[in-house]
Amino acid sequence: MDIVIASGKGGTGKTTVATSMALSVPNSVYLDCDVEEPNGHLFLQPDIEKKETVYRSVPEVNCQLCTYCGECARLCEYNALVVLKSQILVFKKMCHSCGVCSYFCPEKAIYEIDEPIGSCRQGVVKPEYIEFVGGSLAIGEMSAVPLIAHVKGHSKRHKVNIIDAPPGTACAMVEAVRDADYCLLVTEPTPFGLHDLKLAVNVLGIIGVPFGVVINKVKDEINLIRDYCNSNEIEICMEIPFDRRLAEAYSKGIPTVKIYPQMRERFRDLIIKIEKSINTISYTAGDVSQKKVRESKEIIRD
Amino acid sequence: MNTDNTILMNTDLKHVVIVSGKGGTGKTTLAAGFTKLAENVVVADCDVDAADLHLVLQPELTQSYPYQGGKKAVIDLAACTECSLCIDHCRFEAIHYFVVDSLACEGCGFCYHICPENAVRMEEVTSGYYHENVFSGGELVDAVLEPGEGNSGKLVVEVKKRAKIIAEQKMHNWLLIDGPPGIGCPVNASLAGVDAAIVITEPTVSGLHDLERIVQLLQRFRMPAKIVINKYDINPQMTARIHQYALERNMEIAGTIPFDENVDQALLNGKSIVEYPDSPAAKEISKIWQKVFQTN
Repeated sequence: MDIVIASGKGGTGKTTVATSMALSVPNSVYLDCDVEEPNGHLFLQPDIEKKETVYRSVPEVNCQLCTYCGECARLCEYNALVVLKSQILVFKKMCHSCGVCSYFCPEKAIYEIDEPIGSCRQGVVKPEYIEFVGGSLAIGEMSAVPLIAHVKGHSKRHKVNIIDAPPGTACAMVEAVRDADYCLLVTEPTPFGLHDLKLAVNVLGIIGVPFGVVINKVKDEINLIRDYCNSNEIEICMEIPFDRRLAEAYSKGIPTVKIYPQMRERFRDLIIKIEKSINTISYTAGDVSQKKVRESKEIIRD
Repeated sequence: MNTDNTILMNTDLKHVVIVSGKGGTGKTTLAAGFTKLAENVVVADCDVDAADLHLVLQPELTQSYPYQGGKKAVIDLAACTECSLCIDHCRFEAIHYFVVDSLACEGCGFCYHICPENAVRMEEVTSGYYHENVFSGGELVDAVLEPGEGNSGKLVVEVKKRAKIIAEQKMHNWLLIDGPPGIGCPVNASLAGVDAAIVITEPTVSGLHDLERIVQLLQRFRMPAKIVINKYDINPQMTARIHQYALERNMEIAGTIPFDENVDQALLNGKSIVEYPDSPAAKEISKIWQKVFQTN
């Protein structure tokens, strides 16, 4: 089961919720997909057992075969190749690793080489024996998407995979959320929190992943997030009160459930509840995906 | 554009960006504070994923432009013979049952070029909009990215371009940019061509960790930067560590903002914290403002 912890706005408590959830069930895998600014390891303090460099492919030109015909530059949608009279420039930062240039080169003069984009570390969190996987994007690297895909590739089929997503609503967040069983959107009761929650809800509607909301840093009984969720029939899965002790613990890298061990039960219940709701959905999962395909086919015919 | 304006163009426009690495450390709060203090300023909200500055500045929209972020493939099922070449070659796993998942499609055109039946066409898509707005203290340029769209870096470039034109027309000396979190594509786009950065962080292990990463990125851009510590009193030891970190790198701490309940309260009222001038946070933001902008 893959549960993604996401949010439109940054700093609302994704990592707080994700690490606490991972620490609350015995068979969890924590996957840090906020690869631009990964923080999960600071809270979980895993013993790192393996560190691998992650690569993506970028084109390399064999100048002996190249006739400078310019076909590759013409086909590249990202302006990553510029062909001059007797020189060809490859702008790796612009490249999306689509493979068009190498495949369609009439002289077969382009091949692909591996370009490092970051690292992926695997380890174990003791004494809970939780599996830890965390990606870290290299400084200066543009796209987090291939690294997020790599990190997600380490999820375990029969375990509870807790995926800590990057903030925002753009391609990196979508990559983290896509194909998940459930998404928890963490937000805070401020106008910024509400505004960015709405954006995230829109994205999830398009991706088609079921979701619920966690309201963090709750100060009052009445708040604008609750009003929004209630009037839009969005489930509020949990509320975490504002608590200076929690804020201070967070600042030191201490997970919430280590300050308030009784909260483990709440997180465990939440996971069980999510699991149940997924199982009821999966009865019709086949029909749903078929229906989705049919629907999209109809849209195209229109 | 009116040619009279081009003659008057200010060529010494300085770009100042607020970045943080970690999200939620107070970029927009600081940007809104500076904007109110400046009284007459052009601001670019480059957090195009989740633009929030308009919630505080409450501007009026004057001009909206669609943003064509790129192309997406569409398969004509009537012409498709289901040979699967497109599915086999798509690196983004964007084609399922001969239907393109537009969220996964990066518009590379592999399917378009390889289809033997010419059943694939590439369509320009509107990936978002960027807006020009006016408010009582100047102009705001911001954007809305369509949900899940990529290429947010290119949209950031558009927002900055627009803001630059307005700032030059208005003969401003500088332009304020509210940056996105992270260190990826939109951040790089926000930093390009910028003269100075203000990095806002918080005294938490995450805040320091992410500060180190954004500072490394700023060094690649050879950009001078000053640090602001928000909610410094949440963890004095960590604040001391950030001071130490700044000292080691010869970076200036432009100010330390205390944790202040008024910040959230101001926000709930749709106001900037500096509109509560007696609040501790507002006082510090004014000091930072003096330090960073009045001396330049």
